[in-house]
Amino acid sequence: MDYFFDEQQKTIRDLARRIAEERILPVRAELDEKEEFPWDIVKDLAAADMFRVFVPEEYEGLGGGCLELCLVVEELSRVCSGVAVTYAASALGCMTLMEYGTDEQKKKFLPDIASGKKLTAFAITEPTAGSDAGNIKTTAEKVEGGYLLNGTKQFITNGGEAEIYTAIALTDKSKGARGASAIIVEKDTPGFTFGKKEKKLGIRTSATRELVFKNCLVPEENLLGKPGLGFIQAMRLFDRSRPGIGAQAVGLAQGALEAATDYAQQRVQFDQPLITMPVVQNMLADMDIQVEAARALVYSAARYVDSGAKNVTEESAMAKVFASDAAMKVTVDAVQICGGSGYMRDYPVEKMMRDAKILQIYEGTNQILRHAIAINLRKRKARTA
Amino acid sequence: MNIVVCLKQVPGTTEVKIDPQTNTLIRQGIENIINPFDTYAIEEGVRLKEKDGGKVTVITMGPSQAEAALRESISLGADEAVLLSDNAFRGADTRATAFTLSCAVKKLDNYDLIICGRQTIDGDTGQVGPELAEMLDVPFVAYVSRIEDIKDGYLRVKRMVEEGHEILETTLPAVITVAKEINVPRLPSLRGITKSKSAKIDTWGIQELSVDESMVGLPGSSTQVIKIFFPQRVHQAEILEGNVENQVDTLIDRLKNAGLC
Repeated sequence: MDYFFDEQQKTIRDLARRIAEERILPVRAELDEKEEFPWDIVKDLAAADMFRVFVPEEYEGLGGGCLELCLVVEELSRVCSGVAVTYAASALGCMTLMEYGTDEQKKKFLPDIASGKKLTAFAITEPTAGSDAGNIKTTAEKVEGGYLLNGTKQFITNGGEAEIYTAIALTDKSKGARGASAIIVEKDTPGFTFGKKEKKLGIRTSATRELVFKNCLVPEENLLGKPGLGFIQAMRLFDRSRPGIGAQAVGLAQGALEAATDYAQQRVQFDQPLITMPVVQNMLADMDIQVEAARALVYSAARYVDSGAKNVTEESAMAKVFASDAAMKVTVDAVQICGGSGYMRDYPVEKMMRDAKILQIYEGTNQILRHAIAINLRKRKARTA
Repeated sequence: MNIVVCLKQVPGTTEVKIDPQTNTLIRQGIENIINPFDTYAIEEGVRLKEKDGGKVTVITMGPSQAEAALRESISLGADEAVLLSDNAFRGADTRATAFTLSCAVKKLDNYDLIICGRQTIDGDTGQVGPELAEMLDVPFVAYVSRIEDIKDGYLRVKRMVEEGHEILETTLPAVITVAKEINVPRLPSLRGITKSKSAKIDTWGIQELSVDESMVGLPGSSTQVIKIFFPQRVHQAEILEGNVENQVDTLIDRLKNAGLC
């Protein structure tokens, strides 16, 4: 389908695809097997200006929005979802800075992020705060010379590899989530160390790690926006980043669909290729429909975010939920079509199936997002009643 | 350091078809690419510039659509590009091509190093580089796999030979052809692509180069393609009968008749 992209968007998409096919494809199985962080590919993405896509032009970026980011993430994810999330997480890690940072803060951090010299990460999740994100315990106590951070962040994408972290911590413990603030913490700040590196089911090339703050003194000027608004900033951030997870799901599902189609064309049983059999055709057609429907919803949500719409919670949640559920189903069916071969690590679809599961979990589980969508439904009903 | 990179646009496939009437490649429907060996030349030029400053000028001779190859070179980091295009250049062999390139290089006036790919994937001759050096009367080194040192008027390179490597030093200006071992070419960047779309590309013909038509194209060529054909593959097998002595005698007769012994 033609989604009527402009020249710049097509250029971004085509170059992202080229990087995925020429640089990621040859190493994706190895990256997955060894659970190695894809530094070489990060460097390729940086050299190709991919980290500039989501940064405003005045800070050495290309000034793209949610849609441009989605196009890159989708193309990378079509080949390797682990690389895609590494890239996407670096956008996530600086979105609060881009939205709430002062000109001085942006000047200090964004050029190095745009050039790809420094990766970023966003840190809210804690052992006690997953879906219940307001229940964080990490504190940022105001002291002379800045904020003193104490606590542990869990499951942080790009943890240990990123240079710049946006952490949500309580500047006023007594107020709970209303006392949370967003603070930039740079790697190598004394008192900031990394804990356990997680071993995961999928997206194994991406780094997922604990951040440990022990009397970590962060300068006052690293606070983003007003104190006490951290939780709201984070929720607003996810509303704008979720189409990106949807794009990751669309790319992943597209990759699985292509792999299953190739296999069905080549594999002969009962003297005929699988793809000539109605039972397989039905599966492939359903997969194709799911992928295209998810893509249309993700692009629409991304465009809605870029339009400057005030409340995008429902739309971006829909895009993330629908696309990630589609990716899960499509990748399971891709393994099914490829049969015994598909179950083996010599074929890419088992990795895709493992990679898909996280999409239904992170940046809001699909259950909590359905809850958010339902709340909006009730609000609308109440307004019209 | 002023670096000139010569490149050629070639069909992006090895399965080309030949028009039996004209003995030329059928280019319709085939995507054109920068000759893969030339991408190493562009990359090396850009790396030298990034390290020591200066500029990279890319030159190609070809039809107007070869401009796409030059724009791609700019997206990869080249600074300036010149397209040598003129009806008079048609039918050029390697000598006429090298001559035309040499005229363009002279017109550029100021250069330190010319880098070419080791050969093209369509013509496969590997002759244009050395011929260009000869016509410019500057030193030439082929199959360079590493530039060890380069400074004003001096170049030290490692080159591949059949059973190992040679280290050579030469004065500059010089022409080198590079092997694929020299680097891993980068992909274009988004900013590079944007720049390449609006870059000004000069087109030079016989007037701009001030050359006589008889020196370029088909008239300026020492060789001419008379016919291009795919060798016919004929597989025939014959099992010789009789005892060993008879078989040997028959075999020798056959080989003698075939002029093979």
